[in-house]
Amino acid sequence: MARFILGRLIGGIVILWLVSVLAFVLFFVIPKALGNNPAVLFAGRSPDPATIAGVTKKLGLDRSYVDQYWDFLRGVFVGRHFDSGSDRSWCPAPCLGYSFRNDQPVWSQIVDALPVTASLSFGAAALFLVIGVSTGVFSAVRRGGLFDRIAAAVSLAGVSLPVYFTGLLLLLLVSYKWHIIDNVHYVNFTHNPALWAWNLIPAWLVLSLLYTANYQRLTRASMIETLGEDYVRTARAKGLPERTVIGKHALRPALTPIVTIFGLDLGVLFGGAILTEHTFGFRGLGAISIDAVNTQDLPVTMGVTLFAAFFIILANVLVDVTYAIIDPRVRPS
Amino acid sequence: MTGPAPTGTPFLQVRDLTVSFRTDDGVVHAVDKLSFSVERGRTLGIVGESGSGKSVTSLAIMGLHRRGRRVGIDGEIRLDGEDLVTAAAERVRGLRGRRMAMIFQDPLSSMHPQFTVGEQIVEAYRVHNRVSRATARRRATELLELVGIPEPARRLDDYPHQFSGGMRQRAMIAMAVSCNPELLIADEPTTALDVTVQAQILDLMRELQKEFNSAIIIITHDLGVVAEISDDILVMYAGQAMEHGPVEEVFAHAEHPYTWGLLQSITRLDRQLETTLRTIPGSPPSLINVPPGCPFHPRCTYRELAGPAASTVRPPLTETSPGHRVACHLPVEQRRRLLREEVTPTL
Amino acid sequence: MTDNLTKDVPSPPAGEGAVPAQATDAPATDAPATGAVPAATGAVPAATAEAGGATRGRPAGGGDELVRVTDLTKLFPVRRGTLVRRGAGAVRAVDGVGFAIDRGTTLGLVGESGSGKSTTGRLISRLLEPTSGSVVFDGRDISHLSTRELRPLRRDIQMIFQDPYSSLNPRHTIGAIVAAPLRIQKQVPRGGVRNRVRELLELVGLNPEHYNRYPNEFSGGQRQRIGIARALATRPKLIIADEPVSALDVSIRAQIINLLDGLRTDFGLTYLFIAHDLSMVRHLSDRVAVMYLGQIIELADRTDLFEGALHPYTHALLSAVPIPDPTSHRRRERIRLRDEVPSPLDPPPACRFHPRCWKAQELCRTEAPPLLERTPGHQVACHFPEKRDVV
Repeated sequence: MARFILGRLIGGIVILWLVSVLAFVLFFVIPKALGNNPAVLFAGRSPDPATIAGVTKKLGLDRSYVDQYWDFLRGVFVGRHFDSGSDRSWCPAPCLGYSFRNDQPVWSQIVDALPVTASLSFGAAALFLVIGVSTGVFSAVRRGGLFDRIAAAVSLAGVSLPVYFTGLLLLLLVSYKWHIIDNVHYVNFTHNPALWAWNLIPAWLVLSLLYTANYQRLTRASMIETLGEDYVRTARAKGLPERTVIGKHALRPALTPIVTIFGLDLGVLFGGAILTEHTFGFRGLGAISIDAVNTQDLPVTMGVTLFAAFFIILANVLVDVTYAIIDPRVRPS
Repeated sequence: MTGPAPTGTPFLQVRDLTVSFRTDDGVVHAVDKLSFSVERGRTLGIVGESGSGKSVTSLAIMGLHRRGRRVGIDGEIRLDGEDLVTAAAERVRGLRGRRMAMIFQDPLSSMHPQFTVGEQIVEAYRVHNRVSRATARRRATELLELVGIPEPARRLDDYPHQFSGGMRQRAMIAMAVSCNPELLIADEPTTALDVTVQAQILDLMRELQKEFNSAIIIITHDLGVVAEISDDILVMYAGQAMEHGPVEEVFAHAEHPYTWGLLQSITRLDRQLETTLRTIPGSPPSLINVPPGCPFHPRCTYRELAGPAASTVRPPLTETSPGHRVACHLPVEQRRRLLREEVTPTL
Repeated sequence: MTDNLTKDVPSPPAGEGAVPAQATDAPATDAPATGAVPAATGAVPAATAEAGGATRGRPAGGGDELVRVTDLTKLFPVRRGTLVRRGAGAVRAVDGVGFAIDRGTTLGLVGESGSGKSTTGRLISRLLEPTSGSVVFDGRDISHLSTRELRPLRRDIQMIFQDPYSSLNPRHTIGAIVAAPLRIQKQVPRGGVRNRVRELLELVGLNPEHYNRYPNEFSGGQRQRIGIARALATRPKLIIADEPVSALDVSIRAQIINLLDGLRTDFGLTYLFIAHDLSMVRHLSDRVAVMYLGQIIELADRTDLFEGALHPYTHALLSAVPIPDPTSHRRRERIRLRDEVPSPLDPPPACRFHPRCWKAQELCRTEAPPLLERTPGHQVACHFPEKRDVV
């Protein structure tokens, strides 16, 4: 098992490295080849050649691509110097460079945005996983019953309604009409946990509505399949109580495909639930990446991209490991 | 095999059992007025083709059909005198795995792939006896040893996919006998196995029966298996009993044309070779459209001899010699003459 | 079967020094005269008829060979590893198998799981390519023909499969299914494809008017008839039937067996009949080969095999078959084998049957018994063969 996990981790690292190469090529090599000098972007509005030269030197843009990539990689692991001759700064590891826009370290921006995104995605994920799976199980057990039919209709609505619609509607109601939560904004968990949760609830609901529907349908289909399996009949033949038959014998194998999708969904959510963050005005990773793209802030774009990739890959590795825990057949013997 | 002679009330008594399913295409009468009984220490072999109702019968006894709008069960299933058809579902659940247990055909798909063999074997034991984890584990080792799995303590933590086919079926048997059930139903327990392993499993079932004196029902399509292991045989066709009796009597003096057909159409090692096999024409009927009268009449070679009743009146299962019951319109004397003159020479 | 053996399983060094260790590149003329495994790789069938099949009404050796298989071997590599897949031994599914089938006769191939009987069938029909050894069909070595070269051959060799449910495409009419081989072979029979298909359907006992129906409208037995009609469409010379009746009801089996039997007589077909049911094999076959873990351990004419088997494994197999006679099991001698067939990934050394054999001696553990002809036409791979009545 340890070797299996190690193997998956190494695989994940290799992929992450490939992503970093790809991102570097995409954000630094290609723009330059197309005549978009990153130094010009950094230097601000109508810069003079001396500034551009200084910036070029500082960012190391005059060096070869391989050296630039190497500098970047070194920055991530041990930190790096930015040196334009006149001013010299040390960027400690993990260094993803400085924003072109506000000269802030990219890493600190990500660190600031991370709690917002983490709060939003973990909360919503917990919500949609629990609600989706439990309603899905119930639908499957009482297949064709009233609950199943209502769940199917709600599900369909959930999948069809876009976040900016449900989000704005909810905001309108709770904030402007009923004044339950005035001025929804992000409150730090350490600052006030109750307020933190209170302000996040609308966003959690909106974000999870979309996913709950998917999980409900997925769980239902998966459960219907396992309920028809021979081993479930065996479990009944043993005289096990129905809740054991369903909750243990049928649910566990039914969860296997759900774990896979959950891992991926969680990884993607961590990259930023852009629409939801935007709707509720949260400054999470999604908001940062949108801003960075709009302002051609290459280091931030690259930093966020790598960060998101890291989480998606991590989620994948976790999925593989969980999979092996759930299903002994995929475990290496 | 020969168990003790019939005594008193049978442990399992099925009377006029009818199981029907409502489907989109109509009502399926999977089992139709079926009656039989099994005593402790004896083995009943139920033989039939697909759609004969043999598996549906066993699931009905175990209470494994989900009662409701779609499934109708009528008649009586008495386990040690208690009627299971009218009993509460929770009551029947308490009997399942404890006083009656089942072995299924395909041990690979019938065992849970994600739990260890040991855990699965004693699950029923733990539910019905509320014992500690350690006691359960000891019991699991005992059971694996009982069914002849080498190094039982070590194999306990294996998963079913790490077992070979024969070992999996042994584990299934261990699972079924964990609470020393008095009734054991085996649905095609050896069909998925190799012939040399089948012989081992049949031996094991015989030994276990000797040890626990349980009543066994073995469901199979293989007349050879029935002949080897059963005391009684029940031949089913289209959900109905065609012939029922002590196995030696039925194999030697079969009286139903369907039983004749089955005996004639099989290839067997203990007979001279024939150039062509005798066959039963046609194929088993759909249970939505069971032929009226005798369900077998459209395929029966001798239907002309039975007259018009064959297609209108359902022949009752009547006793023709002690314990031997046959559902056929042909007069007994005629059946015996046919057997003597036309059937036996071809067997 | 071998199909589920290609999973990741720890592997040992593949059984070296196992049986017929004849190098495949040995010239045909070096074949030992003792009549061991026929080692002729030449394309002249008549020259190597010494161990040919016996037929009803045709003496052993006088046969006209349609198929000759020599030292046939198929390895399925097993791979393991997460990042880098690396070879980890191989399943020796078929290991040095040799036999011949005469025109118009049936060879029965029996064995349990992992015996390699189905793989052998697939090698002969060239659905699989042999790792080594040769298959000579109708005088031509077809062992390594390319897909393109095989196409005309498909006309002559057809297969009938076990499962009549999964082997027919549910979206095609049975007319289209039966006509498919004709279409692929671009054969236009006299009277047109449609007439030929009707003829075939009638031949296998189906109503030719059902041409336009779909497989799901037919019962298992009828579907197997459709499969047979399809196999007959191109007028093949050899039919390989892999467990053709195992999935069918008892009363239907006899119908299909009779159909196969009748077609053989009517069209002079040659069959390779693969089955685990010994009584069925006895009924249909002229010669019978018993396989165990990829090797033939006994090969004889039907009567010799069923009445005078020499190999202990054959005895055990015969003894294990349940006899539909309740009085018989008290008379019968019972041979019960220990354990189960070992994994073909790690076959026992020397005689592969020795761990389960009650007669095994030191010799059996150290030296593989060659397949030797003990009496004319009766070959057995055992150090201590003896006759025994077990049925």
